[in-house]
Amino acid sequence: MAVDVTQLRRSPLGHRYRELEELSALAPQATLAEEPPCTQLNLRVRPGSPPLDRVERALGVALPSRPNTVCESVDGRYATLWLGPDEWLVVAPDGTAEPVCNALNTALNTALDGGPGSVVDVSANRAVLRLSGPAARDVLETGCSVDLHPRAFGPGDCVQTMLARAQVVLWQRDDLPAYWILVRSSFADYLTDWLCAAVRAQTRGR
Amino acid sequence: MLLIECPWCGGRDETEFGYGGQAHLSYPDDPHELSDERWAEYLFMRDNPRGPFAERWVHSAGCRRWFNVLRDTATNEITASYPIDAREPVAR
Ligand SMILES: [Zn+2]
Repeated sequence: MAVDVTQLRRSPLGHRYRELEELSALAPQATLAEEPPCTQLNLRVRPGSPPLDRVERALGVALPSRPNTVCESVDGRYATLWLGPDEWLVVAPDGTAEPVCNALNTALNTALDGGPGSVVDVSANRAVLRLSGPAARDVLETGCSVDLHPRAFGPGDCVQTMLARAQVVLWQRDDLPAYWILVRSSFADYLTDWLCAAVRAQTRGR
Repeated sequence: MLLIECPWCGGRDETEFGYGGQAHLSYPDDPHELSDERWAEYLFMRDNPRGPFAERWVHSAGCRRWFNVLRDTATNEITASYPIDAREPVAR
């Protein structure tokens, strides 16, 4: 009998839902929440190669060639984050891992001609936190050495760096600002502890 | 703390990087041809200059790519940072 694994799935921070909701009610300047699950795929393909064109067409989104930037589909359902000169993180709607993986694999294999390339489902690898509000940048700046000032970092930018000594992918979603913080699931509790403390410290007395 | 320029990501804190020792050492064409002494030299012996030194770094907390850096071992000043497959810059 086939087991519906989606019924067994637990989100890395599901047990902290209420705590985050309460904190966000107290500190609306920087609200923190776990994003609903999404599909995440690690894609590797050689830049400037025919397979890359086919992958972009299969996905309907360009693969950004400028380091540390993101391309999004018009409907916002698909996004591609630059992770390296030949590596991207594809974010897609929850439950689409299999069809998208298959489509990308076909695009890769048809045109690879034996060249290097891969697509791997890493949806369970990282938890996704959303930190948003006028004080969100102040919170991040207490634990991150990358310049997040609007002159250097804005919507559509992403960065792989350390936040409070944990490795993260940080993606600015809009001008509010809202950020997506993608962190290894095993670090999610630790980083949430740190973020909650930082939110309290940065919003105290505001 | 060094501020190291990743050729892809730009300047980042040293804590995001790993060190990989002397750059531009190529694997011997035919290791079996080497005497034990020459093999040991390839494996263990490295330059240790006082001044500019071409060395490998990896941006382990960022894009995870290896690249080369020209660093002055006396002053820690970094004068160049370039892709792993590029030649060592001549202007020192
Ligand atoms: Zn880098």
